[in-house]
Amino acid sequence: MPKISYAQAGTDALIEEMQQDATTFHLATSASDELVKEFGSDRVRATPIAEGAFTGIAIGAAGSGYRPIINWGMITFSFVAMDQIVNQAAKIHYMFGGQAKFPITFRASVGGGRRVAAQHSQSPYSMFMNLAGLKMILPSTPYDMKGLLKSAIRDDNPVISFESNRLMGVEGEVPEEDYTVPLGVADIKREGSDVTLVALAWLVHEGLAAAEILEKAGVSVEVIDPRSLVPMDEAAIRASVQKTGRLVIADEAGPTAGASAEIITVVTEDRETFAKLKTPPKRVCALHVPIPYSPGLEDHVFPDRDNIVAGIREVLDAG
Amino acid sequence: MTLTTEKQPRFHRDSKQLEMLRSMQTIRRFEERASDDYQAGAIYGVVHCYIGEEAVAVGVCAALNRDDQIISTHRGHGHCLAKGADLNRMMAELYGRQTGYCKGKGGSMHIADFSIGMLGANGIVAGGIPIVTGAGLAAQLEGKGRVAVSFFGDGASNAGPFHESINIAATWKLPMLYVCENNLYSAGTIAADTLALSDVAARAAGYGIPGVVVDGNDVMAVYEAAEAAVSRARAGQGPTLIECKTYRWRGHTERPGQEDPRPKEEIEEWRQRDPINRFATNLIDQGLLTEDAWQKMDAEILAAIEDAVKFSEESPFPEPEAAVEDIFAD
Ligand SMILES: Cc1ncc(C[n+]2csc(CCOP(=O)(O)OP(=O)(O)O)c2C)c(N)n1
Ligand SMILES: [Mg+2]
Repeated sequence: MPKISYAQAGTDALIEEMQQDATTFHLATSASDELVKEFGSDRVRATPIAEGAFTGIAIGAAGSGYRPIINWGMITFSFVAMDQIVNQAAKIHYMFGGQAKFPITFRASVGGGRRVAAQHSQSPYSMFMNLAGLKMILPSTPYDMKGLLKSAIRDDNPVISFESNRLMGVEGEVPEEDYTVPLGVADIKREGSDVTLVALAWLVHEGLAAAEILEKAGVSVEVIDPRSLVPMDEAAIRASVQKTGRLVIADEAGPTAGASAEIITVVTEDRETFAKLKTPPKRVCALHVPIPYSPGLEDHVFPDRDNIVAGIREVLDAG
Repeated sequence: MTLTTEKQPRFHRDSKQLEMLRSMQTIRRFEERASDDYQAGAIYGVVHCYIGEEAVAVGVCAALNRDDQIISTHRGHGHCLAKGADLNRMMAELYGRQTGYCKGKGGSMHIADFSIGMLGANGIVAGGIPIVTGAGLAAQLEGKGRVAVSFFGDGASNAGPFHESINIAATWKLPMLYVCENNLYSAGTIAADTLALSDVAARAAGYGIPGVVVDGNDVMAVYEAAEAAVSRARAGQGPTLIECKTYRWRGHTERPGQEDPRPKEEIEEWRQRDPINRFATNLIDQGLLTEDAWQKMDAEILAAIEDAVKFSEESPFPEPEAAVEDIFAD
C-alpha cells in the first residue's frame, strides 16, 4: 500500500468523491490550483471571507439537490458562521419535518502546538456535539481521514470533519482502491487488558507511545480511537472498559463539558459497565484556558505521552 | 485607479514629517528583523509583515492624538508602532517573553497597548471592526472629541461585521474612521475575484457616508485624508471610509513555501513605488532632509531595534504556571 500524508489523504478523498458525484462542489476562502485544474472554477470557488454567508449558501444548495463541501480552514473561522451552523444547518432537516436532505461536509482543522495563540489553537468539538443534528468525525490517521471523509461526503446530513493540524504531515498506508470508514465505528488502535485509553486525534499517537512505555513496565494498555464523535461508538468503548475495568481519556481539548466528559458518561451511565469499573475514570486533557503563545506556556497547557503515562499510573495505583 | 487626493504635500509641519518618516522606517526595519528572527526560530508561530504598506498606518496615526483609539488586524505590527508602541515590549512579545506586551500569551497576531489606545491586533478577519466601533461609541458617549479608527484589509471588507458596523456608525454618527488597506489580495485570493466593485470606498454611498480612495503609498495623501476624516468625526458628523490602495511586498505570512498567486513583475512594479523611498526623496528634494541625516536616522532605528532584540533575549520566558493566570479579572 502506498504511504501518503494525512493532509493528502483528505485531498484525495475530496478529489475522488468530486470525480464520481457531479453534484459536489467546493467552497473555501481560497481555491487550490490542484482542485481548480481538476474541476474548474464553477465547482471550486474562492469565496470572499464571509463564512456566515458561504455556510448558509451551502445549506441552500444542499437543500436544492447539491452536495457541497465547505472548507472553513480552521475551526476558528467557523465561529463567524455560528448562526448558520447552530440555528440553521443543525435544525433544518428536523424542523421542516424531514422534507429535504442537507448533505454537506464541513472541513476544519483543530488543535494546538503551532505557537499561534488562543484564537488559532482550538479544539471545540464538544460545542458542536452539544447540538442535535450534526454528525462529526475526528480522524487520527491518513487511512481514517480518507475513509471517514468519503463517508462524510456521501452522508445525507451535515457532517463536520475535524482535522488535527498536528497530524497534517503524518504519513500512513492508504489503499489505492475505493474504500470507506463508516461513521460511528471506533477503532481499537492497540489491544490491551489492564486499562482502556480512549484517545482522540493527535493523542491517539501520544497514547500509542504511552502504551509502549508502559508495556515495558508490564502494563497492557488498550487504545481506542472513537474516530467519529457523533455518532459515538458507545458499544466499543463499553466493551473495552468491561474487559479492562479501567478508563483513561486523552483529549487535546479542555475537560469541561468536553468529549472526554461525554465518554465517561457513556461508561458510567451503563449499569453493566459501571459495575466492572475498578477505579474512577481519569481525564488527561488540556488545561481549561485559552491557548497561550509562548512555547513554554503552550506546552504546559497540552497533555502529551508523559501526562498519559502519569494518568494511567494514577488509575492503576488507585486499584 | 482614481485617486481623489493627488495634491502635493504641504510642508508646514517639517518636524512632523520627519517623525512620520522615522515611524515608517521603524516599521520597515522592525518587520525585516521580525522576518529574519522568525526564520531563525527565535519568533514562533506565524508572522504577517507590513512591509510596503507603512504609509497607511503612519499617515493615519499622524492625524490622531494619543488618546484616540485604533484597532488592528492579523498584520498588526505597523499599526502598533505607528500609534507609538514600545519597541522593546513589542519585540519581547514576538520572542514570547514575560516582558512582552501580553506577557508572552499573544505573540505576533495579538499585540495590544491599551495605554496608547491600541486595542489590539486580531487573528479573526473583520473581528476588530465591531470592537473598535464600540470604542467609537464610548468616545461619543464621553463627548470629549476622541475618535476611533478601524484598520482592516480588502478581504475584511467583504465580511458581515464590516457592513453591520459601518451602518451602525453611520446611523449613530459615531466618531469613526474605517481605513481599508486594499493590498489587492487576501491571502492567496485575488481581491478582484471577491469584490464586484473595484473600489471598496464606493460602498460608503450605500451607508450615506463619505468614501475616499487614496494612494496608500503616499503617506501625506493618507495623512490629509485622515485629517479631514478626523475633523469630521470630532465635529460629530460621523464616520468616513478611507480606502488606501497599497501592496504588501512579502508573502501573506513569513511561513516558507506558501502558494502566492502574485506575478513577479507586479511585485517588482509595486516595489518601485516604495512609500518610504518616495517620502524620503520628497523630503530631501524639499530640503527638509539630507542624505546624511537620512542615513543617520536609519542607523538610529537599526540600533533601537538591536536594543529591542537584546532586551528580548535577556528577558525571561514566562513561568509555565502563568498559563492559568489572567483568565478572569480579579
Ligand atoms: C474569519 C476569518 N476567516 C479566515 C481567516 C484566515 N485569514 C487570515 S488573513 C486572511 C486574508 C485577509 O485578507 P485581508 O483582509 O485583505 O488582509 P491582508 O492579509 O491582505 O492584510 C485570511 C483569509 C481569518 N483569519 N479569519
Ligand atoms: Mg488584503
